[in-house]
Amino acid sequence: MTSSFESEIPSKPLLEALDLRHSFVEGEHTTEVLSGVSLKIKPGEITAVVGPSGCGKSTLLYLLGLLDRPDQGNIFLRGKEVSDCDDKTRTTLRNQEIGFIFQFHFLIKELSALENVALPLRKAGDSIPESRKKAQASLTKLGLGDKSHRFANKLSGGEQQRVAIARAIVNSPSIVLADEPTGNLDSENSNKVFNLLSKLATDENLSILLVTHNNELAMKCNRVIEMRDGLITNSL
Amino acid sequence: MGSARLIVNRLSLELAFRYVLGRRRAMAMSLLGITFGIAFFVVTQAQTSGFEAFFIRTILGTNGAIKVSDRFQDMDGTVSRTDQDGKTRFSFRSREESRYTEGIETPHLLRKALSQFKGITGISEILEGNAILDGGSRSYAISFHGIRINDHISVSDLGNQIIIGDLSSFESDKMSVLIGSRIAQRLMIRQGDRVTLKGGTGNIQLRVAGMFESGVSQIDKNRIYLHLAKAREFKGERFSGSIFQVGIQNPNVAPQIAAQMQETLGHRVVSWQEREKVWLDVFKALRVSSAITVSSILLLSGLGIFNVFAIMVIEKTRDIAILRSMGFSGSDASAVFLWQGIIVLFFGIIAGTLLGILATFTISQIPLRIRGIFSTDSFVVNWDIAHYSWAILIATIFVSIASWIPARRAGKIEPAKIIRETL
Repeated sequence: MTSSFESEIPSKPLLEALDLRHSFVEGEHTTEVLSGVSLKIKPGEITAVVGPSGCGKSTLLYLLGLLDRPDQGNIFLRGKEVSDCDDKTRTTLRNQEIGFIFQFHFLIKELSALENVALPLRKAGDSIPESRKKAQASLTKLGLGDKSHRFANKLSGGEQQRVAIARAIVNSPSIVLADEPTGNLDSENSNKVFNLLSKLATDENLSILLVTHNNELAMKCNRVIEMRDGLITNSL
Repeated sequence: MGSARLIVNRLSLELAFRYVLGRRRAMAMSLLGITFGIAFFVVTQAQTSGFEAFFIRTILGTNGAIKVSDRFQDMDGTVSRTDQDGKTRFSFRSREESRYTEGIETPHLLRKALSQFKGITGISEILEGNAILDGGSRSYAISFHGIRINDHISVSDLGNQIIIGDLSSFESDKMSVLIGSRIAQRLMIRQGDRVTLKGGTGNIQLRVAGMFESGVSQIDKNRIYLHLAKAREFKGERFSGSIFQVGIQNPNVAPQIAAQMQETLGHRVVSWQEREKVWLDVFKALRVSSAITVSSILLLSGLGIFNVFAIMVIEKTRDIAILRSMGFSGSDASAVFLWQGIIVLFFGIIAGTLLGILATFTISQIPLRIRGIFSTDSFVVNWDIAHYSWAILIATIFVSIASWIPARRAGKIEPAKIIRETL
């Protein structure tokens, strides 16, 4: 069964999923997590994916972010099929086109905030001075310019998440995939983080796909996709 | 190409360095393991091979590289016999079982033939025999070696073994004798004293020109050198019965040269390796045994590193997942852990080599009196680059395996699975 709910935004989709299916195998038991999901993400659009735990939100995010491969279905990035690309291409796309933000900041504690943010740039081939300059600019944009040399464990939870956002956007990706980015923050910091993401989407025409349990936050997005039992049940 | 990229991945190296610094205690333990493993390996090898090399120098300096002695009775190791019916029968035997005629029969011809072999540095004709040396108040059973001194110093280290007197006075006086240091001690003989050599065809009086010490106690308490002509006269053998001591440029190839000589000349030819096989085998066993023992230290350090890295991969799965999400490949993640192994190995090799040099030098200064198969008053060490190379090679193998397994695991981590399980 395939469910597909599309908004009426006329622009060409940045990211498109067609009939994605995915299941997990544990021993002899197979659990279908996605049962045929199709969606389109347009440039500059903030899309929230909501639904109960275990409905397949995060799995969808990882498939769209090329961290995992679907059992069936296709993913198109700028119209180009990417779900069956080789690992090298997928790795490059993750570096150049996709930014990730997770519930837990996932910063490398042995590195400073600046070094954490500079990592995707260094991986892309930027020189150390160049990557540091861009990373510093990214941190400054997120209000952490004066804390760039602090190590992750010397920053507050909200600051750590802002560093993670800076890292996600430093390479100027086309889309940011955020898995519960405010799930570990208080309401004040949650609002700060969302406002930052929202500003980035507007200023830089950045698409954001946001998985969240927070309905209040979801309502602030351009579009809300509801999921249940591995299917999209509603799109607002 | 992939592996080349892995090696030059500077970013992975930088991350590896940070991870190493982040686990200072565990890494320091691994580093110490490699350091001590390499140092112990070097020190034990330096000692065992040092004593072995010293022993070889001693025996080469005393008995030479090759000895040509008895002539084979039958060139082909066969014996012919004529039966009563007049038929000739042959019994075939291996050369080792062949019968010999004692000594060399035609020394001048054999010397000429020997000099044709490549790599020969000297040939010394020696007439050996046993006699009683009478020092006046005491007598002592000895083995005499009749030599031509100029020939003999070209195949031995006798020139450097003289501890009292000198070779020139021996050379100028045809009635002089060089006496082993232990004989001189026992008979309380001094340089210039008169001694009597008894036995053989009669007694001869000789003047003590000097004393030598080879370091081999069996020789120092048993051997004297006199002029070849005088020895022939004493033994009553004017032309035959002697042996040849042959010096060669490369003592390591003595067995091959000896085999060629034996085949060509029809005389029994023994290389120093065959002559000293028992002792050389003992040294070899000691060297291998110590290498195995010390390698176990390196093996244990390798296991320690494996343990540290395996735990680290588990601890860092989240980091690996996030690195993968930002564009690191599986091989990049592996490289981070391989680099950690290389960093620890690199500093371990430097520290181990320096400690090995220091420890070897310190041990060489420790007083140790040995008299027996050689003579020394301190630990004998051998400075050989091969010891360091072997230690580094063994450490590299163990550390490579210890790092490669966790690194491979790191490269196979599924980022989505890790992130999902972390949430």
